[in-house]
Order: sequence, then C-alpha cells, then structure tokens
Amino acid sequence: MKKSLALVLVFMIVLAALSIFLYTWKNPQQPDEPDIEDGEGDGEDEEELSFSDSVDWDRFRGQGITINVYNWGEYISVDEGDGEFDTNAEFEKLTGINVNYSTFATNEELYAKLKGGGTKYDIIIPSDYMISRMINEGMLEKLDFDNIPNVEYMDDTIDTSYDQNGEYSVPYMWGVCGIIYNTTLVDENDDFETWNILWDPKYMGSILMFSSPRDAFGIAEKKLGFSFNTEDPEELAAAAEALKEQKPLVQAYVADEVFDKMGGGEAALAAYYAGDAITMMEDNPDLAFAIPREGTNIYTDAMCIPKGAPNKEAAEMYINFMCETKVALANVEYTCYSTPHTEAFEYLDEETQNSVSYPSEEVKLTGEVYRALSDQGSRLLDEHWTDIMSSGNSNPATVIIFILACVAAIIVVNVWKHNKKKKIELEEVELR
Amino acid sequence: MRRHVSRIYMAIIFFFLYSPIAVMAVYSFNSSKSRTVWTGFTLDWYGKLFHNETIINSLGVTMIVALIASVVSTVLGTLAAIGIFNMKKKSRGLVMYFTYLPILNPEIVTGVSLMLLFVFAGLDMGFVTLILAHISFCVPYVILNVLPKLRQMDMSLCEAAQDLGCNQRGVFGKVIIPEIMPGVLTGFLMSITYSIDDFVISYFTHGAESQNLSVTIYSMTRRKVSPEINALSTIIFLIVLAILLIMNITDAKRQKKLQRRAA
Repeated sequence: MKKSLALVLVFMIVLAALSIFLYTWKNPQQPDEPDIEDGEGDGEDEEELSFSDSVDWDRFRGQGITINVYNWGEYISVDEGDGEFDTNAEFEKLTGINVNYSTFATNEELYAKLKGGGTKYDIIIPSDYMISRMINEGMLEKLDFDNIPNVEYMDDTIDTSYDQNGEYSVPYMWGVCGIIYNTTLVDENDDFETWNILWDPKYMGSILMFSSPRDAFGIAEKKLGFSFNTEDPEELAAAAEALKEQKPLVQAYVADEVFDKMGGGEAALAAYYAGDAITMMEDNPDLAFAIPREGTNIYTDAMCIPKGAPNKEAAEMYINFMCETKVALANVEYTCYSTPHTEAFEYLDEETQNSVSYPSEEVKLTGEVYRALSDQGSRLLDEHWTDIMSSGNSNPATVIIFILACVAAIIVVNVWKHNKKKKIELEEVELR
Repeated sequence: MRRHVSRIYMAIIFFFLYSPIAVMAVYSFNSSKSRTVWTGFTLDWYGKLFHNETIINSLGVTMIVALIASVVSTVLGTLAAIGIFNMKKKSRGLVMYFTYLPILNPEIVTGVSLMLLFVFAGLDMGFVTLILAHISFCVPYVILNVLPKLRQMDMSLCEAAQDLGCNQRGVFGKVIIPEIMPGVLTGFLMSITYSIDDFVISYFTHGAESQNLSVTIYSMTRRKVSPEINALSTIIFLIVLAILLIMNITDAKRQKKLQRRAA
C-alpha cells in the first residue's frame, strides 16, 4: 500500500516539476535591453533586412503588457530548432510586449468563441467573408492606421471588398482556389483549366471535393457561370443540382485529408488552394495545379482587432510588425501561401514568384471574393447541402437493414443464452 | 479448435487496438510531412517538437490543469463520498442521482453550459475557467471510486478504534483514510486521465492563455496536423507504457512476497 502511494507521489512530483519547467520555458525572462542587432544569421537574403527604425518599438517596454493573438493553426513562422524566424519571440524581443498565442481551426470556431463572450483577444485573423460578417455585426474595432505605417506595402490589386473602406483589417495572406491533379493518373490532353473536369465521368471515383458547403457550392456556381455570392434561390438550386449530379463521381468530400490522398496518389483530381498545392507537390512531384478560367475564389485572411480588445495600441504595433518586410517574408516562406506584401514579394526567389501562388492579373480579375451571405441565403445553402449529402449512394435502406441485422443478432444471442441457462437448470434438477 | 478461434479473435482485437498507435509511431520517423508516403527515416520531428512553442505551451497547460484539477477533485470527491455514505437512505439516493448525472450527460452539453455559466458570472475564459471545468467533471469519478471502498469497510473498526481511545480525527486519519486509500488513488488517476483526455469541454472553456493540447491539435487540421504531434503522442504512449510496467512489476513482486510469507 505504502509503496504504491509513494509511487503515485513520485509520479505527481515528476509531473509537477515537468509542468513548471514547461511553463517557465513558455514565459522566458523578458529582455530588458532592446536588442540592437537585428537579422543575425537568419539565412541568406534576410540578412540585409532589419526592422524599420521610424517606428518607436519600445513604447510599451517594461509595462508588462500581454497581447492575446488568435490565429489559424500552423499559420505563422516558428523556429523549430533550425534557425528559422520565430515571429512571436522576435516581437517580444523587439518590443517587450508579451505575446499569448493561441490557434483555431475554422472561421466559425473563431466566431463562436468571440460571440460566446468571456474572451479577450487583441488580434484575430479571420477570412474575408467572416470579416464582413463581423463588421456587419459590429464585432470589430476600427484600426488607427497612424500606428500601422507599414500598411503602405500592401498590394492594392488584391480585392478587399469584404472590408469596403479598408477601415477594419490589414491582409495577412491570400490565395486562390484551383484544381490539383496527378499527372500520372489523368489523361494529360484533357483541359484542366475548367471546373468541368471535375464533372468528367472518366474520373469516376478519383475526384476529391471540398467538405465545406461554401467552397463546394462556389465551384458549382462558377461552373454554371454564377457569382460565388449569389443568393438567388434558382441559381442555388441549379448549383445544388450540379453537385448532386457530380456526387457519384466523387471519391470523398475532404478537408485536410486532401494532403494524404493527393500526396499518396489515392485520387487523381482535387479542388483545393494553391498554397496547399505547393506543399503537396513537395511530397509528390507528379502533382500539378491549374486555375480554371471560369474564375475562381480569391480568399484573404486579414488581421483585425475585435471590439473590446484590452490593448488596442499594442495590437496595432503587432499588426505593423507583421507587415515588416522581414516578418512578412518569413511567414510567407513558412506557410507557402501568397503574401500581399509587395516588398516581401520582391525578396522571394524567382521560382516562387512565378509559381501558382501568384497568378496573373487575369486570374485576379476573373477571381471573386466571398462575402457574407444573408441569413436567408446561408440557410438555403445549408439546406441544399444537407440534401446533397443525404442523397444518392448512401441508401437509407442499407441503414435500416444494418439496424435490423443488429437487432436480430442480439435476439439470437439472448435466446441462445436463455436456452443454455434452462438446460443447466434442468441438469441441476436431474442431479438432485 | 476453440483455442485457435479465441486466439485469432484476440489477435484481431489487439490489431484493432494497437495498429493505429503503431502507424502513428512509424510516421513520427518519416522524413516528409506526409502521412501516407514513406520517404525515409529521421528523428527531426522529435527535435523540432521541443522547439515548437505552441505545442510545448499547450502540453504545459494540459499537465498543470490535469494536476491541479485532479488534486482538488480528489480532495473534494473523497470528502463528498464520506458525507454521502453517512447520509440517510433517501437523501443518499437523491445525491447519488445528481452525482451520476454529469457522467451520463453528453460532454457537449456540459461544455456549453459551463461556458454560459462562466460568461454569466463575468469570468474571463482562461486558466481559472479551464481548471474549474475540469474539476467539475472529475469529482463524480472520485466519488464513484471511493464509495464502494467505504461500503466494503467494516464499520466496527471505527468503533474499535474509539474504544481504544482514538478521537474522531484519529479515526478519520488512521482508520477511514487508509481503508479507502485504494479507491482514492484510483479516483485520482482516473481524474488525471480524463483531464488529459478531454477535448469537448476544454474547447468551450479555454481562453487565450490556456489552450490545452487537444485543442491545439484540433486547430492544426485546417492545414495539416504536423508530424511533431505523432512524435509527442509516441512519447506520451511510451511514458504511460513505462508507468504501467513499473506498477505491474512492483505489484507482482509484492504478491510473491505475500505468498512466500503465507507459505
């Protein structure tokens, strides 16, 4: 008894020591002295880059300010031991402001967390349509651009109509949607610059589609020549009809599984984003990417400050820091998405500049940005989506047969047990 | 025949239980980020894991919360169990009913209602709310583990102790606590396990500075869950395995000793 108690105690102490160790590791001592040397040993062309000195980075030093940053998972450059640029650590070093970094997986999750209340985030990075929804609902703070001089580097050819007057957000990353295909599994003479290829019966069972309704509908809408943001019931119905028609051809509706399925050659075609396509191509050189000429989705994730942020000015300093050329460059190199930062773009190598991440003006012009749908529109879309998902091959009859089989099995087992019990009882009686 | 069938059956069960873990462990050594294509052996992910602040932070949060929540809920749960045990039959039934409810309640309901409660109470989501939430779902497990031990206990032991001059506090510390200790320990360990496991409730009650491991892993799914998570899970699995082995070995040794003494 005593021994196991001792064991548990030891276990607890080890656990406690470990967690304290991890926690102190997390919050390293703040350097009091501003670091003068910037850009030491950060790799080839970053060496010449330093933080702009026209900004008073030290304004908040020593005041013990902590800002809470809420970003997508795996969406910022971190140092994983190989000397890469560590965004948050560098910001802490430069300004003396502590960064509390946490992550989310979907726009809806972010929205629910903010709407639920009880949270105090200073920086959030939602996507376009969510930004316009949050603006409509008064959830965002107007930015003071005097504190964000680096906004001048932002590429103004990128559609920012989600934030019409550009008062609430500064773009962080953008990208386009397109078709990823495995050159060894498709007929190379086919035309991949059209969404129609995803409806080609030849590729039955090897097409991957988005599992998020908005993206899936977007593709069908573009195929039929509608807008991404249509709320016309007839157009939505037509798009839904097209998706239903496509369903027998689709291998799976996916989110991040697309990396494995395309990387492993399990599927031939998939609709996904350019930045992720580049990541996939690193694993599987047989992959290629095409942007359909009917037009595609151009999405933007932008930095915003939610209403009631405790440290608005420090948050604006963080946004400005993220728009430093050096930082923007490090982040875009880490994520493989496209940077809206014109100067960071210049520092990218030529191969990246010409890659699918930076499509031509033409694509940008035919491309369209998601805007928030009205409640009615999004309800209609959800209804259609549920209908599509429950239609076709997942036959309700199979479910009923499965349930009946289960019930039958349970009955058989019980009857068998009952009989056995009776037999034993009879034998016992005979024995007596 | 029968033995073969049961062996195959066992093999299938173990295959289902352990093949996911095996795959996870194998791909933690894969040199590319892919989860399907094997590109070569590397230990990089283990090195990177200890440099990735987001993961290490959330691991720290998970452990601190598990530790505090399970210690507090063990104390609360043990005291509650003793109280419930000494109640009258009717009120005991009623209280037990309320103890079972949180366990039967779907986690999502618990999570959402805790979130609403914290918002209503004006608490900011953070460490405090996360720990409170974890305590609230751990306490019932401790109660349910301690109560049977109390029932097994011979109450005349307490009377005997009092007859021999022990005061109330002495009876509690020297008789009751040692008797129910195995139950308390099981409750404590179960609380730790459930606290580390939990995703749904943490999802609703975590705040900016208290994001635990399960929530962090979930947030990676938009892009791709990093192989560092494979590495971390493999390490955790090995630690748990080691603890189990040590416990079993010491247990077996003690049993042997007891048998020898008896012989």
